[in-house]
Amino acid sequence: MMTAHPLIRLLDRGSTLFLVLLGAFAIAIPVLNLLMPEGSALHVSTYFVALFGKYVCYGLLALSIDLIWGYVGILSLGHGAFFALGGYAMGMYLMRQIGDRGVYANPILPDFMVFLNWSELPFFWYGFQNFFYAMLMVLLVPGLLAFVFGWFAFRSRVTGVYLSIITQAMTYALLLGFFRNNFGFGGNNGLTDFKDILGFNVQAEGTRNALLVTSCIALAVCFLICRAIVTSKFGKVLIGIRDAESRTRFLGYRVEAYKLFVFTVSACMAGVAGALYVPQVGIINPGEFAPGNSIEAAIWVAVGGRGTLTGAVLGAFVVNYAKTFFTSGALAPYWLFMLGGLFIGTTLFMPRGIIGTYNNWRAGHADKAEARSAEAKAAAPAQPSAAE
Amino acid sequence: MGKFHDRILAFAVAIGLIVAAAGFAHAGPYEDALEKFTTDEFSDTAEAVTAVATSGNPLAAPLIAALQDGRLQFSAKDKKVLIKTADDKLIDAETGKPFAGTPPDDLDTVRVNNRLRGVIDAANGALTLMAPDPNQRYESAQQVFKSRDAAVLPAVEKALESEKVARVKKVLNEARAAILLAADDTSAADRIAAIEFIRARGDQDSLALLQSLPADLPADVRAAANGAIKTVERNLALWNTVQNLWYGLSLGSVLLLAAIGLAITFGVMGVINMAHGEMVMLGAYVTYVVQDVIRTSYPGLFDYSLAIALPLAFIFSAAVGIAIERSVIRFLYGRPLETLLATWGISLVLQQAVRVAFGPTNKEVGNPSWMSGAFDLGGILITYNRMWIILFTAIVFAALLAMLRFTRLGLEMRAVTQNRQMAAAVGIRTARIDALTFGLGSGIAGLAGVALSQIDNVSPNLGQGYIIDSFMVVVFGGVGNLWGTLVGALTLGIANKFLEPFAGAVLAKIAILVFIILFIQKRPRGMFALKGRAIEA
Amino acid sequence: MFTSNQTAARRPTARKWLAATAGFAFAVTGAISSAQAQDTIKVGVLHSLSGTMAISETTLKDTMLFLIDEQNKKGGLLGKKLEAVVVDPASNWPLFAEKARELISKNKVSAVFGCWTSVSRKSVLPVFKELNSILFYPVQYEGEESERNVFYTGAAPNQQAIPAVDYLMSKEGGSVKRWVLAGTDYVYPRTTNKILEAYLIGKGVKKEDIMINYTPFGHSDWQTIVSDIKKFGSAGKKTGVVSTINGDANVPFYKELGNQGIKATDIPVVAFSVGEEELAGLDTKPLLGHLAAWNYFQSIKNPGNAEFIKKWQAFTKNPKRVTNDPMEAHVIGFAMWVKAVEKVKSTDPDKVIDALPGITAPNLTGGTSTMLPNHHITKPVFVGEIKADGQFDVVWKTKGLVPGDAWTDFLPGSKDLESDWVKLKCGNYNTVTKKCGGQAS
Repeated sequence: MMTAHPLIRLLDRGSTLFLVLLGAFAIAIPVLNLLMPEGSALHVSTYFVALFGKYVCYGLLALSIDLIWGYVGILSLGHGAFFALGGYAMGMYLMRQIGDRGVYANPILPDFMVFLNWSELPFFWYGFQNFFYAMLMVLLVPGLLAFVFGWFAFRSRVTGVYLSIITQAMTYALLLGFFRNNFGFGGNNGLTDFKDILGFNVQAEGTRNALLVTSCIALAVCFLICRAIVTSKFGKVLIGIRDAESRTRFLGYRVEAYKLFVFTVSACMAGVAGALYVPQVGIINPGEFAPGNSIEAAIWVAVGGRGTLTGAVLGAFVVNYAKTFFTSGALAPYWLFMLGGLFIGTTLFMPRGIIGTYNNWRAGHADKAEARSAEAKAAAPAQPSAAE
Repeated sequence: MGKFHDRILAFAVAIGLIVAAAGFAHAGPYEDALEKFTTDEFSDTAEAVTAVATSGNPLAAPLIAALQDGRLQFSAKDKKVLIKTADDKLIDAETGKPFAGTPPDDLDTVRVNNRLRGVIDAANGALTLMAPDPNQRYESAQQVFKSRDAAVLPAVEKALESEKVARVKKVLNEARAAILLAADDTSAADRIAAIEFIRARGDQDSLALLQSLPADLPADVRAAANGAIKTVERNLALWNTVQNLWYGLSLGSVLLLAAIGLAITFGVMGVINMAHGEMVMLGAYVTYVVQDVIRTSYPGLFDYSLAIALPLAFIFSAAVGIAIERSVIRFLYGRPLETLLATWGISLVLQQAVRVAFGPTNKEVGNPSWMSGAFDLGGILITYNRMWIILFTAIVFAALLAMLRFTRLGLEMRAVTQNRQMAAAVGIRTARIDALTFGLGSGIAGLAGVALSQIDNVSPNLGQGYIIDSFMVVVFGGVGNLWGTLVGALTLGIANKFLEPFAGAVLAKIAILVFIILFIQKRPRGMFALKGRAIEA
Repeated sequence: MFTSNQTAARRPTARKWLAATAGFAFAVTGAISSAQAQDTIKVGVLHSLSGTMAISETTLKDTMLFLIDEQNKKGGLLGKKLEAVVVDPASNWPLFAEKARELISKNKVSAVFGCWTSVSRKSVLPVFKELNSILFYPVQYEGEESERNVFYTGAAPNQQAIPAVDYLMSKEGGSVKRWVLAGTDYVYPRTTNKILEAYLIGKGVKKEDIMINYTPFGHSDWQTIVSDIKKFGSAGKKTGVVSTINGDANVPFYKELGNQGIKATDIPVVAFSVGEEELAGLDTKPLLGHLAAWNYFQSIKNPGNAEFIKKWQAFTKNPKRVTNDPMEAHVIGFAMWVKAVEKVKSTDPDKVIDALPGITAPNLTGGTSTMLPNHHITKPVFVGEIKADGQFDVVWKTKGLVPGDAWTDFLPGSKDLESDWVKLKCGNYNTVTKKCGGQAS
């Protein structure tokens, strides 16, 4: 194991399984959606495509949180902010794509600016008609914010709950700001009524499937980046920081630089998740900045198992599927009990999350089996039945 | 035009009531007017009020009082008007005799709208200038000052002659000055004298009055007016600052009340309790339940409802807090981030539980009479509820400080805060202290809930509105130090209130948040951080 | 033997993991694509039952259950029973879109009654357009929208804001000359205040006699603003406040008003978001005489209303349960939908959408509301004064019914737009350029 090839280290069994599953979904769902006739038992509805696409974006957000929480010990309660900023960047591109097909037929201004009597496009909207510029912004805006924020915070050694609280303050301040109509981002209604992306109608089934596949690819790429980071030597330093920050610093590592780098990478990933999320749900609004959303995203990670990467994605899927399931029908008023119970139950009884607990159990199982085999060998001549 | 009409009406009512009170009774117009109350049209009611008031009938005064209090009943079918007395008896408005027989089935209250209410109020203002109660006279004089009704001038001058109480006399003089200034035919000398009175009053109304003076005044009057305007403006600017300070203090005390329990649990135990806001909410619901029981069973006790609710809210929230500590938090010590998530879950459960139990809508929590209204202090208006909350916060803070300083529990709590292992080593049962500390913090949150129920809405979302602000206060002030929390809360409250007038409420809040984020970079442990290794987790 | 056991112990679990995940996925797809038995007509109810909006929306869910129950007592619709499908979008806007999609494509509902905030409506709009279903939206809103798949049974600005201001300007309302437009900082107040500002300036009100103030959601410290209003109101001219303050922020606002002694006779406050339900959480004695403008009040005397209130309180088993304006909007919307379905004898969305304009239904205030070609309805407008018992006393009403106008005439961007889904088949026809905007080319 010590001398394993980097690629093998990168792709252990869980990771391979994860990527294979993800790939299978990314291929199977569009195929079953587009090629199978409606009514066929194998047909996957567009509803499910949209749903799954959303989950994949949440999964990517969870992955980005796991990278910093699971491996560096930074619990950011403001990751929703990076997610939303990426979403806004994408939303702005989509708004500009509407062109003169808005209800007021104004070729430049988005609708919400027209009816609030804006006379010209604010400068920060310039350039968003260009897809590549917008995509650059998807990475740059959350990344820059994370960099500046992290640069201040890590340099002055704000750690632990203090960091959590000020990240929460950051997303709360952004929430209040984006709610303001004068900010130029559509206020509470946010950006909506998108028409097309790169010339394809966002509502079309083909586009939906393409977005789903893109999201899966993005998730896979980000997953590999995360794996590469955490399995490298760099990753070992990160874990060192997580477990004993002062010691790592005394050993001569520049802890701030490490943290800052990972924090920024993580924010960019959250931004990408947001950017992919927006065309699939069709709206971005300041509600995404709500501190509660960020906290909920943290619980996805905790449920799946932090410090496992695959667990974060699994957690996002499980919790959001539960949300979809329990917010319909007779159980609807009790959904918050379930969610609340999940928070409490996970932290109390499953601190390592699903994957962590499973790994633990497997390890324990293996240990037990080993112990048993040793015991059995010793006791075999006398009492063979003792082994089982 | 409308205003003028109303004034005439007011005047007519006033004169009419004076005449009525004097007892000149002559039948006819009064009885004719009564019918107009039965049409259910405001314009008819207005006419009827005028007619009744000027009729001089002795029943006019009780009838108008009944109209004002919503006790005047009518039947459109029988064209009958009845006065309901305070003890629910019906009197025939025509004869003044108790109404015999069964009331008509379409009996309904004669409705009053704002305009009518204004007319009646203004008339009453003129009428009660000579009332025996000085407070009532004071209010009436203020009313006249506001209405600047020239028709009342003789009454004001008459009242001035007999007035003995200095503060009422002052307002009467101001009222007279206001009327004189507003009139067209006042001499220059009278005007200058009047301006002097208004300048001395020096409030917002005075400024408005002075600014509304016509431009073509004689030069000396103009000069006096301009001088007075400057003085009043300076005066107002000063009071404005005082007012902002007061508002800041008030906001700060609310923040402090909400945050202080958090400061204890966070400071002593290092526990981030995201369900803290829900403890506040539970306290507010306890107040609601107490008031509900009082309303249905012991209406006389309403003014004591808060006093009854305080201990109950403390006990209830503390009990819930201890239950949470024993069942969840104690398993999570040393894992602050997990505690944060678990308590967030608890907050969701508590919110939804309250929503299921009490319904999602706001619950009515009334202000006892001693918490309603306001009084003037110099140039600012101080509302009783804010004042009591500031006092209450001060008392809670002092009591808490005393408890930490002088009781055994306080001593043990401080010991655990400073060095947990050492405290355990000398025989303090830290687990018990943890539970009690958490109970104390939650109990104080419950007390905060009682106070907040007086100014905010009692709904399942109540706590969420305060949780982030509370964290800001605690982190800003410094963990483990109550004085830090105090200074933090007041600083944030006052800063917010000084920013709000020119930045607006939203930007003020954002500015404060950004300021805290930057401040934490400078002093990662807050303003008043505990020194030493113990808290460096 | 033992070594093989060991590996065997590992393999099945890995497979189990795979199987579990796959099973989970199939459970989802299975649940979705399983054909539903079509012996009932399904009606979707899309109102938040948890989160911040539950405070307002839960009542509307109950209203829908009540209306569907009543309709079933009358024998259902087209010989089938109606079935309510209730989902909880949990005050979360993207979840609104997801739930709307679930209702339409998974539960196959025939129509959806739901949403409260504008953003929730904006969030579900693309879904309704894409899947071609029907949404009845029951809440007053800022206008500036007319979609083929949405029927707006709440008030447009000209059905609430403008009549209320007219009333305050009238002699009866106190001849208000100076205006405070106070609102929560989001799209509805912003738009409404823009419209009102233009309207007031058109009526000769000077710019310096209008004060506009915005506060964040859930604002609870109103001391500064109330004292500013007081200052603004002491300038010698009669002052009125038009409040578009939303939801929870109202209670502390009114408490502060009462405590700072602002009486309705001095500075009347007319609110567009405060109804019976909101007042139930308040001690209304200090608020006597402050106003609200709505298209319905519980206190309106009318046999239809009395019967509705009686049945509603019996249904909810709460003799004190109040009714309010958005509830009435659902009552009207539901009645219109039932009539339209009966008319075309089908729940097919296209047929029902085409049948709805022109359908009439009695409202609870004694009139008959009509669905207009712009998908808004005609409504009476009432101004009520708050009474001590938490109800309103209607002090003014419009002469007849006011037709809802999707595109206000008081904003430069929308004054040339017109909506007509019957003749023009367009929600935003520009009368100057003679073109229908917003259509994918």
